[in-house]
Amino acid sequence: MYTDKVMDHFENPRNVGELEGADGVGTVGNAKCGDIMKMYIKVADDKITDIKFKTFGCGAAIATSSIATELVKGKSVKEAQELTNKAVAEALGGLPPAKMHCSNLAADALKKAIDNYLGLETKNECEDHHHHEHNDFDHGCSI
Amino acid sequence: MTKVYMDNGATTPVDPKVIEAMQPYFSEVYGNPSSFHSFGREGRNAITEARDKVVELIGADYTKELIFTSGGTEADNYAIKGVASALEAKGKHIITSAVEHHAVLHTCKYLEKRRGFEVTYLPVDEDGLVNPEDVKDAIREDTILITIMMANNEVGTIQPIAQIGEIAKEAGVTFHTDAVQAVGTIPVDVNELNVDLLSLSGHKFNGPKGVGALYIRKGTRINKFMHGGAQERNRRATTENVPAIVGLGKAAEIAMEGLEQKQEKLVSLRDKLISGIEERIDHIKLNGHREKRLPGNVNVSIKYIEGESILMKLDLAGIAASSGSACTSGSLDPSHVLLSMGLTHEVAHGSLRLTLGKYNTKAEVDRVLEVLPKVVADLRSMSPIYNG
Ligand SMILES: Cc1ncc(COP(=O)(O)O)c(C=O)c1O
Ligand SMILES: [Zn+2]
Repeated sequence: MYTDKVMDHFENPRNVGELEGADGVGTVGNAKCGDIMKMYIKVADDKITDIKFKTFGCGAAIATSSIATELVKGKSVKEAQELTNKAVAEALGGLPPAKMHCSNLAADALKKAIDNYLGLETKNECEDHHHHEHNDFDHGCSI
Repeated sequence: MTKVYMDNGATTPVDPKVIEAMQPYFSEVYGNPSSFHSFGREGRNAITEARDKVVELIGADYTKELIFTSGGTEADNYAIKGVASALEAKGKHIITSAVEHHAVLHTCKYLEKRRGFEVTYLPVDEDGLVNPEDVKDAIREDTILITIMMANNEVGTIQPIAQIGEIAKEAGVTFHTDAVQAVGTIPVDVNELNVDLLSLSGHKFNGPKGVGALYIRKGTRINKFMHGGAQERNRRATTENVPAIVGLGKAAEIAMEGLEQKQEKLVSLRDKLISGIEERIDHIKLNGHREKRLPGNVNVSIKYIEGESILMKLDLAGIAASSGSACTSGSLDPSHVLLSMGLTHEVAHGSLRLTLGKYNTKAEVDRVLEVLPKVVADLRSMSPIYNG
């Protein structure tokens, strides 16, 4: 179900942890929807000099957090702001359709960390992603 | 890498003796059981023999009370839709529980949404148990069916079916139980349980996939499910899947002979696994009733981490398990069973189910107990909601 790239980032996640004295911190998701991502950034000369993450979530959530940190480390704040969820998924060689919810969080968490660095207010939690209608009749169950 | 299969609640490996019994029925004894000639007769006899064994396993009085189906799902659909359509003139109210398998829940939802039935979904307590008093209180003038599962597939809780059956009997309401997780693993006797209808499935007790049965007590009013030929006493049309039915019969025979031994073995492995996990990992919660529990079921919520990532890490170590996390079901909500038992979303997302089967060993339990704590520590170290 997952690409080798996803599995690689799941097994060997890059930049896991917290950043002491971070310039920006962003958290998205909540335990209710099954994924929480927290990103920490350090900024110097308008560049993301360091970035770390902590994630509660599935394989896709962990892998997207990991690759997102790799994609923006060393980039300018503006470039980092332009990172899209789509670009994150593409960098992993694609994700299963059912995993879009989880994978949409990484770029959002980063944006919040940047907003926090810039001193902007942002709304919280995962309203953006929450509870798309699902049909009782069509999700399968193997247990 | 040595692999460990601990997902026997999902399905079990087919017993080699079952395969051996099935073998001749593909290309040697291949006649259509409805045919007049000797080829057909041999198939017919094989079905009769298989039926006798399954009937014996569940303590039914008459062989004609057992109809072979394509599995547990069809047996559940047949029971519920068949009774609903036979009795809808009498009433359109059904009682079930919130923790049923989707084969029952989605069938009830269908009747509710498309066929004008009213369904009462009884709550369960924190262990997943239905209170028989609640069943009694829910019965109305127009109640035509009660359907409560015998043992839960996720958390293993065993329901007080005999008691509920007595209540149903007194009230004169037809009673169905989905015993898919129970048959072949714990003693099941349709008379002791006071059930009118009972679903079972071959692949949950080392038989083949795609075959099961519905027990229909003599005198139960139920409409047929498959229209066509006159197979299965005119109740389920389609040329019988002879090899699968023979396999189910053999699995029933083996299960009956070894039931006590199997139970003892599973209980000892299960309890070793539960106490081992409880000793080695903190912040966990055993889901399901501690005693009234399937012999092979272990279900724990591991706080601060998520189920799918646990499964992936275990899978990388060769261990097969399952989870009630949303991310394993394709929806955003975790298991309806765990939520009904009062677990928070967060704790439900971190559930892990390990289900033992008759081929599992102590060494395999030890292997899980060696790997799991590392997996948990690893994932917790990346969790933003875990504080040491
Ligand atoms: C309790 C329960 N009911 C019904 C089913 C469906 O059985 P089958 O896979 O044979 O259709 C299962 C297993 O998937 C089950 O665990
Ligand atoms: Zn997810």
